[in-house]
Amino acid sequence: MAGSFFQRLKDGLTKSRETWVQKVGSIFENQQWTEQTLEVMEESLLTADVGVKATQKLMDVMRKHTPSASEELTEDMPTRLRQAMVGMLQASNTEPKVPPLSVRPWVILFLGVNGVGKTTTIGKLAAHYKADGKKVLLVAGDTFRAAAVEQLEVWGQRVGVDTIKHRAGADPSAVVYDGMQAAKSRKIDVLLIDTAGRLHTKGHLIEELKKIRRVIAREHDGAPQETLLVLDATTGQNGLQQAKVFKETTNITGIVLTKLDGTAKGGVIISIQEDLGVPVRYIGIGEDVEDLQPFEPVRFVQALFEK
Amino acid sequence: MFESLTEKLELTFKRLRGQGKISEKNIDDALRDVRLALLEADVHVKVVKTFLESVKAKSLGQEVLQSLTPEQHFLKIVRDELTGLLGGEYRELDLKAAPPVVIMLVGLQGSGKTTTLAKLARYLKKHQKRTPYLVPADVYRPAAIDQVKILGQELELPVYDSNPQTSPVVICKQALQEAKKRFCDLLLIDTAGRLHIDAELMQELATIKGAVNPHHILFIADAMTGQDAVNQAMGFDQQLGLTGVVLTKLDGDARGGAALSIREMVGKPILFAGMGEKLDALDPFYPDRLASRILGMGDVLSLIDKVQQNFEQKESERLQKVIQKQQFTLEEFQLQLQQIKKMGSMGSLLELIPGGKKLASQVDADKAENELRRVEAIINSMTLQERRSPAILNGSRRRRIAQGSGTTVTDVNRLIKQFMEMKKMMQRVSKGGMKSLFNRMPNPFH
Ligand SMILES: Nc1nc2c(ncn2[C@@H]2O[C@H](COP(=O)(O)OP(=O)(O)OP(=O)(O)O)[C@@H](O)[C@H]2O)c(=O)[nH]1
Ligand SMILES: [Mg+2]
Repeated sequence: MAGSFFQRLKDGLTKSRETWVQKVGSIFENQQWTEQTLEVMEESLLTADVGVKATQKLMDVMRKHTPSASEELTEDMPTRLRQAMVGMLQASNTEPKVPPLSVRPWVILFLGVNGVGKTTTIGKLAAHYKADGKKVLLVAGDTFRAAAVEQLEVWGQRVGVDTIKHRAGADPSAVVYDGMQAAKSRKIDVLLIDTAGRLHTKGHLIEELKKIRRVIAREHDGAPQETLLVLDATTGQNGLQQAKVFKETTNITGIVLTKLDGTAKGGVIISIQEDLGVPVRYIGIGEDVEDLQPFEPVRFVQALFEK
Repeated sequence: MFESLTEKLELTFKRLRGQGKISEKNIDDALRDVRLALLEADVHVKVVKTFLESVKAKSLGQEVLQSLTPEQHFLKIVRDELTGLLGGEYRELDLKAAPPVVIMLVGLQGSGKTTTLAKLARYLKKHQKRTPYLVPADVYRPAAIDQVKILGQELELPVYDSNPQTSPVVICKQALQEAKKRFCDLLLIDTAGRLHIDAELMQELATIKGAVNPHHILFIADAMTGQDAVNQAMGFDQQLGLTGVVLTKLDGDARGGAALSIREMVGKPILFAGMGEKLDALDPFYPDRLASRILGMGDVLSLIDKVQQNFEQKESERLQKVIQKQQFTLEEFQLQLQQIKKMGSMGSLLELIPGGKKLASQVDADKAENELRRVEAIINSMTLQERRSPAILNGSRRRRIAQGSGTTVTDVNRLIKQFMEMKKMMQRVSKGGMKSLFNRMPNPFH
């Protein structure tokens, strides 16, 4: 039964693996703006994980501006699509917050589902702040996953900053409490707190995060100043659900979009920004320290249209 | 978040009532509903397209079965087709090869390779009586070797003492020799996460493959993966030749449509499903369950599993007898309520039943939970005698119960009425077993 279906599909996909981007490019070059090209465009947006709803919205914008058959497609059609996308991404301020010297410690809490790259992101950001002349301290709040503490510690050593840790299996809020104390007594500028990966569907684990937040807030007014949701760019439509739940329960203030160095486009952040107004702060494009960069909507959208 | 496909199809087909055949004209709307459901489940756009064509071809001109409504019939075609594409039947991992049988796990960063390695070791030891030897071959990520060692300790299984300064190829070769010496008949290799487009690291895997000749190369895929799943799986397959797939993190609420894309693109079986972070959270992969999940139809099978796990066998036999002997009392009902509570939150249970999402959206799970609590309070305020023979519940007793439970007499009356109906229903279906019970369960929340 799978035979012919499988074959057809394979043929179709091999062709499409020339990447949708090239196809979109060729639409623009062809200057043909027909219902069929719109369809290709729609497909392309879906392939980038932009999602049905946001894609529909963008397509509506494009349809409204479709020139009649006689009219020539003007240069600004593709630009218009890009602008629409950038507009959706810029709805709120995406600038990474700069820790002011007056607030000390500046506390950043990292959270997200399993395997998205929280620890690595912390390592990179620690290096960044260190290079900036800040006093940085790490907190090994993932006491659950085997060797998670060791993983963060190795990053700490690499970067040359200390890590506050407890034994594996310890209560994470107790480590966080110690971290807060240490940050205050050592006059730390930036405190980066790692947490265990957890699915947003697990009520008791979300409660654990809330407790961690309460401990942080009790020890330092206004902290955490940033709560960053780490999101893997390969994530599909579930990313929206993740952001929704984490926003409702732990009040995330920004997103770090990791693993953009692969072939995934991370289009789901468009829906996240649209629906929830949570901005992307950083993107991760590799495993090295310098592979964490501030998020720039224009460049991000451009990348969607480049190979 | 998603409106269920079942609900949408119901609406679509409502407009088509009275048409005995599924025709070209009336099927397009229904296909559009399915398309949306599949896209929201992260099935690749191209796969969706081809799938819909084949469903259309299958459904055209078919007589609608007498016993089914058109939407049920159509949904059945869709579901069966999807199940078929996902692999049809459940398949056991074949380990027929000269020992030690080598299995290598590969995949992107953070997909769940190391955890799955430990889960597989535990599973194959338990179910296929194997003696596993674990090999940490990720020398790149900090503490990756420690992670395997800790998991090995937890499972009381030997772990090769990899040196992070050594190349993964050498580690694997030496570990294979070591496994032979120790008479271990299963070698499980954990590799570092990598991108399918990282030529250098992909070459490294190919070299390991050449050196230890694995019987299986399993691609570990995150169930939350979006459209990129196709690129990833094809990349790994083209460079290594995969033998199977494990889908991880299915304990969340991702629909897992990536599995269909992967299955279609590499044509290799999906073997296991990761259902949690603990080492026993690995299930065999059942295509029919994932098909329902992708379509958002709810998972009746796993609901039944869950119910069965929680009702111990004896308990359910006892209940069966009680029902048959017409001895179902409020006391019994109270016991059942406690069982239900053990199974999980009302919301999560409702979502497992087809149409349950609709139920959940009508009443919202919290309210249902409160309702359940109220019912319990009412029963708790009864005397044992009242629970056993509700017939004696006269007006003054009902008033007392309402007061004691902080509810109203109307609440008490309604509960008793519902209980009587339930009792009748249970007797009717007691011979049909659990399945028919669920099929006929009336909406208890209104
Ligand atoms: N909820 C859930 N979490 C899982 C599952 N499988 C793995 N995880 C978690 O996912 C995260 C990553 O798992 P690992 O096994 O370390 O993944 P990996 O592929 O070995 O990661 P790298 O070696 O860093 O590439 C950890 O937090 C695991 O606990 C699963 O089935 N369900
Ligand atoms: Mg690993």
